[in-house]
Order: sequence, then C-alpha cells, then structure tokens
Amino acid sequence: MIECEDLSKKYNGSFWAVDGVSLRVQPGQILALLGQNGAGKTTTVRMLTALISPTRGWARVAGYDVVRQPQEVRANVGMLTEQHGLYMRMTGEEYLEFFGKVYGLDAETRRKRSQYLLEYFGLTDAARKRCGEYSKGMKQKLALARALIHDPSVLLLDEPTSAMDPESAQLVRNEIARLRSSKRTIIICTHNLAEAEALADEIAIIYRGRILLNGPLDELKRRVLGPVEYEAQFAEPFEVGELRLPEGVEVAFRSATSLRFRVEAPLAVNPQIVQELTSRRAPLVSFQEVSRKLEQVYLKTMAEAQGGAYAA
Amino acid sequence: MRRNWEAIWLVAQREFKDQLRDWRIIVPMALLVLVFPFIADDTTRQAVSFMNRYGGDLILDRLVPFVILIIGFFPLSFTLVVALEAFVGEKERGTIEPLLSSPLEDTQLYLGKLLVGVTTPLVFSYLSMGIYLLLVSRRDVEFPSAYMLALIFLLTLAHAVLMVSAAIVISVQATTIRAANLMASFVVVPVAFLLQGETMLIFWGNEDVLWFAILAVILLSGLLVRLGLAHFKREYLLGREIDTLDFKGMYRLFRNQFVGGARSILEWYRVSVFDAVGKMKQPIFIVIALGAIAVLAAYFWVVAELPSYLSHSPERMEDLQKMVGDNIALLEQFQEHLPAPLLFFYNTRTTIVFLLMGLVSFGTLGLTLFLMNFALIGGVLGIAQLIGFSPVLAFAAGVLPHGLFELTAVILATAGTLKVGALLVSPNTERSVGEVLLIALADWFKVFIGLVVPLLAIAAVIEIYLTPVLIKLAFPFL
Repeated sequence: MIECEDLSKKYNGSFWAVDGVSLRVQPGQILALLGQNGAGKTTTVRMLTALISPTRGWARVAGYDVVRQPQEVRANVGMLTEQHGLYMRMTGEEYLEFFGKVYGLDAETRRKRSQYLLEYFGLTDAARKRCGEYSKGMKQKLALARALIHDPSVLLLDEPTSAMDPESAQLVRNEIARLRSSKRTIIICTHNLAEAEALADEIAIIYRGRILLNGPLDELKRRVLGPVEYEAQFAEPFEVGELRLPEGVEVAFRSATSLRFRVEAPLAVNPQIVQELTSRRAPLVSFQEVSRKLEQVYLKTMAEAQGGAYAA
Repeated sequence: MRRNWEAIWLVAQREFKDQLRDWRIIVPMALLVLVFPFIADDTTRQAVSFMNRYGGDLILDRLVPFVILIIGFFPLSFTLVVALEAFVGEKERGTIEPLLSSPLEDTQLYLGKLLVGVTTPLVFSYLSMGIYLLLVSRRDVEFPSAYMLALIFLLTLAHAVLMVSAAIVISVQATTIRAANLMASFVVVPVAFLLQGETMLIFWGNEDVLWFAILAVILLSGLLVRLGLAHFKREYLLGREIDTLDFKGMYRLFRNQFVGGARSILEWYRVSVFDAVGKMKQPIFIVIALGAIAVLAAYFWVVAELPSYLSHSPERMEDLQKMVGDNIALLEQFQEHLPAPLLFFYNTRTTIVFLLMGLVSFGTLGLTLFLMNFALIGGVLGIAQLIGFSPVLAFAAGVLPHGLFELTAVILATAGTLKVGALLVSPNTERSVGEVLLIALADWFKVFIGLVVPLLAIAAVIEIYLTPVLIKLAFPFL
C-alpha cells in the first residue's frame, strides 16, 4: 500500500516542486500519475522511494515510513526510472544477477527470477549480449525486469512503455495487469493517456506540484465533463421535438437523425427514454453511451488550471 | 557485518568488471605502467654513471627508493580519473538512480566506490614499481632494504587512499565529469608537494620519520572519508543538473550566521560571539589539554635530553647566561625594532595561517602549528632551567603577562579552527559542504574579530611595553 499526506518538497529555499500531495493506493490498484513535464511526478515518486526526503508531510510505502525506514522502503519497491539506467558493458543476464544480489536474493531465486523475466520479455536470446547492443525497447524491457527482479510489493513505474514497439508495450501492459491481480500496489507516471486509461483504477493529475484531480476515472469524467452522455441514432429523419423526455434529461444536441442527451441517473431514466422512442415508433438504429476519453478530462483540467478554455 | 562487506564488494566488483571490459581505460593505463619503469631504469643508469664519476654515494644509495616512490605516484595520478567519476560518472550516464533506489546503504555504496578507486590505481602502481625493481636488480646499484621497500609500498598505499578519498568527495559533490576532472589538480598538486617532502626525508636518510608521513596521510585520508560520508546525500546525486554560484545567497548565509540577528555591538557579543564560544567548549578543552601536554613534554624533554647535546661545564653555563643577559639588554630597543602594531600584525597573521592550514587538513595542521608554538614555550622554560634560571619566574615574568591575552586568543582561534574541521566531518545531510563551511567560517570569524583581535592587540602592547620591564625586575642580575 502507498499512502501519503501533504507530501511536499521545496528546492532552493523557495521553489515547491511538490506541494501538499495526498494519495492512497491500495494493494491490487494502479494509480496513474499524469502531468506535464516538470509538474512534480518524478519528485513525488522519488520521495515515495525514499530517494529524496520530503520538506513537509509524510508517506508510508509497503508499511514503512519513507523518512525513518528508507532501507525497508527501497527493499520493497521496484522502481523503473525515467532513464533505463543500464550498465552498457554488462550482459542482460549479468545485469539482473547484479541487481538480484543487491536486493539480497539467494542464488536459486536469482536464477529463477532472471530466467522468468528474460523469457517473459522475450530477451532470452539477448541475455548474453551486452546491454549496449540492445535496441531502445529491449533496454526498456530489461530495465523493467530489473524493477521486478525482487518481486516487490510496490511498483513505481516512470513511463513503462516508452520507446517500445506496440507488441512489447502490450506485453508490458499485460504484465502490469497481472501484477495488479496479484495484489501489487502500482503507480505509473506516464504521458500515454490511452495506456493510463487502459490500466489505471485511479487517476491523479498533478500540476505545478499540486494534485488537481484524483479519483476513479468514471468519477473524474463525471466531475470534469459532466453527466454521462447517450446518443440515439435514427435510420431516417425523425421528429425528436415531439418526444416527451423524462425529468433530469438534458438535451446536448439534436438533429433529424440523432439525439444526444445527458442524464444523471441513466439506470432509472434510460429505460423510460427507450420506451418513449419505441412507443413513438422511432426508426432507432443505435442507443449507446458516448465514449469520453481520459484525454478530454486531462486537457480540460489542464486548460482550466492554466486559465484557458478547453475546446473539445 | 558480513552482509555489509558483501554489499561493498558487490559494488566494487561490478565496477572492476566494467573497467576491465573498457579497453579505453585498460590500454593507456597498461601502456603507461609498462613504459614508465623502463624510462626510470634508464634514468637511474645515467644518474648512477653521473654519481660514480663525481662522487655522491649517499645520493646514490637513496636514488632507487626515491625513484620507486615516484614510479608509484605516476599511475596514481593518471588512474585518479576512475575515482573522480565514481559517482558523477554514473550520474551523467543515468545509471545512478537504479543503484540509489536499491536497498544498498550509503556507506556500502561509498566504500564500494572507494575500494575500486583505491585498488585500481594501486594495482597499477605496484605493478609499475615491481617492474622497475626487476629492472634495477640487474644494475650495479645498491638494492633497497626490505624495510625501506615496505615503507615505500606503504607510503604509496597511503597516497592512493588519500588521493582517492579526496577524489570521491569531489565526485559526490561535482555536477559533471568535466567539473570533477578539472578538480583533479586540487588532489594531485598537494600530494605532489607531499611527495617532495617525503623525498627530502628519504634523501635526508632518516627513513623512520617516514612513519609519521604515513600516519599523517592515513589520518587525513580517514578524515576525508568521514567528510565524504558525512555529506553523502542521495538527493544531491539526483538533482543539481547545473550548479550556479549564488554569491548573494552565500553572503546572506555568512552574514546571518556572523551577525546572529544582533542589532548592536553589545547584543552581538551577547547573542552571537559568546554563544559561538559556548559551542566551542569541547574544542577549547581539547586545545588547552593538548597545549599543556605540549608545554610539559617539551620542558621535560629539553631538561632530560638537551644536557647530552650541550657542554655542561660552568664556563659554558656562564657563557649562556651572559648571552641571555645580552639579549635582555636588547629589550630596551625592542620597541624600536618591533613596535606593538607590527607585533600585533604578525600575531594576527599567524592566527590566520592557523586557520588556513586547518582548512586544508580539517583542523589538524592548525592544531599542529599551535602545539609547536606551545612546545616552544616549554622548550624555552626548559633551557631557562638548564642554565640556572627559575622556570616559574621566567614564565611569570616573560610569558604570563602578555600570554594571558595572547595565549587565550591563540587557544580560541585554534579551537575555532578545530571546530571548523569537526563540523566538516560531522554528518549533516541537511546542508551542503559549502554551506557547512560558510557557517563554520562565520563562527570562526566572529570569535576572531570579537575576541581574538582585541586580545592580540592588548597582548602586543603588554609584550612590547610591560614584559621587558618585568623580565628586568625578575632577573635584575642580568
């Protein structure tokens, strides 16, 4: 589990790189930390790995306090850093062996874990090649294998699929999803909003060191973009204006062949709308929720934070 | 403990392998290590032939040990780059963060890097020295004794530890490899000077004195390791991409510490100066205790040992007493030759020299100079005893009146210098080395300006105008 309260870091006596961040990530959950470059994502993650000490606030990772028990925190966290950080003259096998020793694994566990990870990430053939000869994607996969070598209960991953081809990225996403199902606590820092949407249970958007939004994606969509939108499409022009829509339905858009509306309580209201359409013999082709992406939530939140208007 | 050593060895072992796989490191090092002994061997041959032609047996005897020492030093100076980039190199290559986010402790990381930094240059140095010894064994020149060789090998080890510990401190604090490499001169040049001093000892012929050099170098290395560990901060290695010199910030920090929030001179003395002195209790006690030991040791040594070097005949004693009497007669002209302001200037300068020497040695050289001065007092009192004067009277009339102020001033300044050194090697991860140094210097200067300077001024006036009168009163027969 990861929990922090009012976590803050001040640099050069005046610049707050992170200012009052409070988060809680349960085992089996993935939190995606989103934000612009320099927003404070890396600083937050570094504080959670006990690499840098907070100026204010507290954090507990895997049950350990980041200030008082930094060694224990580091021993229980797997961290994928912004840069892959590989030793170029070591082979992939040696690299994992080295970090296995650093994390205090016995020889048998080291061998098994290395073998499993190299095989999983498709690096077995390259295991005896020097890291300097690896492609960008291979380097990223090996770095991720390093973060997983000690089978940590907490994972802090900075851009886990950057520089990877689509197949490798999918492989990594699958592994992250598998780790979630085995009750690992995971934070991903990413600019890849589609990936965050696909993986994360919770989203936190950070801007200038402060958390602007934090919560499950559906909730954030409701909070930022308003109630869920539905759209009915008709096979031929239909007089929508004659429909008697139940209370609480807000029409967002209408045309001769479509109707888009927002509704606070779709479970109660949508069956009534469908009934009304059917009774009026509307040539209904489809009735579905309008898909809203994390990207819209992110861009609108950022635009508002920067004092601008969001153009959907 | 075992786990600690395993972790240190793990860090070191990885780096050893890394170096051995990099031909850009190995080839130049190996070439230099192999070529230099041959050049030195040829130089020895020519020097031997020159000495044999013009005589110079003593130099000839000491030539080989001297060349071995030099040969050992060369690989140390050019393999220093390994230590210089120990941390900053990893930072620049982006490999430091995974290492820092691992459960390795600061000490394990630091000592692992230190081990590689020391071992690599040392292997090359010893290899070079060994090759030279092989070459020189074929020549018709006196082969150094096993004792001398052991001393030189130990001295080379001490040099390696000293240079590498300084280089690692630089590597932790520097922001780029380039900056770290530029700082290499600050390591190589002082050790080169040290080497010159040791060379003098070798040619002087008293090799036992080299033990002091070995001990001093090891002490200094220990303090440097302590400094590095005390200020090792993972945060520094991750941040600070570009260093900017914040002169305003430095001035503000120094001024705040110096003034201590006081709004008047009296308040400054009360809240700032005396507070600083209060924090110096421990170093003051150490300095007084060591000073007293130095005075007594020198006094008893002179009284016990000097007679065997001096003729103790009544005629000789008379001569000595007459010489002292003549010198005391000169005291009347003392004020003309050495006016009080000039004496004050000399004493103030000496105090600052204590600080400067202390700054480059964590206070130890400052303390050494202080002890030498105190030993001198003991020595003079011992001589007074030997030539028939009362040492107590000599002390009461010749030292105490101005010494009350001067010795207090010097004790305060030396204790302050010791405190600067102690602060530098004390763990403080909240502040950088530069900040700690500025704060320590501000404390030193407020004691210096607030107390030491006025005390030295009073002492100079007393020493010039009152002490000669008191000496004449105490020893009217002279």
